[in-house]
Amino acid sequence: MQLSLLILGSPYSSQSVATALRFANAAINSGHQLYRIFFYHDAVNCANALITPPQDEQNIPEQWQQLAKEHNVDLVICIASALKRGIINDTEAKRYDKQASNLAENFEISGLGQLVDATIHSDRLITFGP
Amino acid sequence: MILHTINKSPFDNHSFTECLQHCQPNCSVLLIEDGVYAAQQKTTFSDIISQRVDINFYALKADILARGLEATTLSSVTIIDDAGFVELAVNHHTVQSWF
Amino acid sequence: MNTSSTKRMVLFCRKSPYGNALAREALEIALATAVFEQDLAIIFSGDGVWQLQPQQNSAEIHVKSQQKLLAAFAMYDLNEIYVEQEALELRNINHQELSIAATLIDRQKAAELCNSADIILNF
Repeated sequence: MQLSLLILGSPYSSQSVATALRFANAAINSGHQLYRIFFYHDAVNCANALITPPQDEQNIPEQWQQLAKEHNVDLVICIASALKRGIINDTEAKRYDKQASNLAENFEISGLGQLVDATIHSDRLITFGP
Repeated sequence: MILHTINKSPFDNHSFTECLQHCQPNCSVLLIEDGVYAAQQKTTFSDIISQRVDINFYALKADILARGLEATTLSSVTIIDDAGFVELAVNHHTVQSWF
Repeated sequence: MNTSSTKRMVLFCRKSPYGNALAREALEIALATAVFEQDLAIIFSGDGVWQLQPQQNSAEIHVKSQQKLLAAFAMYDLNEIYVEQEALELRNINHQELSIAATLIDRQKAAELCNSADIILNF
């Protein structure tokens, strides 16, 4: 089946991101495809390239990146949520005259249309609440 | 039927109650994260789970283990792993998440 | 399984406005869904019914009014809006004085609407 995930919690503050990561890996290991992972609300923080967890803790952004690279998974963060929380790519940094950008590799900034698209093209959408 | 997921403790949050108020016969409820506290034996909430024979209850193993509940989980709640979570999601026509 | 270009979606709104961004963000999804012309029903349940409280004035907390955002629904042809009777009664909210037109349903009906959806977004 084609599955999409909607994630709302902030990494490290809420367990939802870690649960979603485990679900995503289990889905792939079970032979399903992940159409899109949509990060909304505080979950856009997963795409912050500056996240620096302790060495002995799970590196959540890196694990999502690994999933994206190995299995061609589409990781999308909502632009409106991202801007409010200070996650920006080069384009938005220039547009808003910010000194730096911090969007992690393999994550893409886009609009809610990508979430709607995911619901249209997936067999299941699973939400991981904050 | 719907697969419901609940990720909040019923002692702290109303999601468990509201979810069950909306459950139709033969649906499934999967307790995840802090939601697994509802599966602790001999509480108001485990009594409710026991009474709702029309619902299939599950709890996510990783969360049960993390919280030290393995020995005291209500026997009528089926403990499943992450692959089981995926299987439940696939075998129900949609998923409704309560948080 | 329905992988056609129109899905029956239910947006199940359980969160009160202002205290948390989720209520606002749920409505943003509703508007995006309307733009894509999906078959969407919105159900206000639990604390979500507070969003329909009339005479909201959010100026002094410096956030956009949830009531005004809801008023935009009509412009997007979002007309299938329900509100749960039990949730209103528990909170002493008069269903005849809600800020937008919403069809009064009971929990059983809300559950049935969810059960017949392809996708449920709980917020």
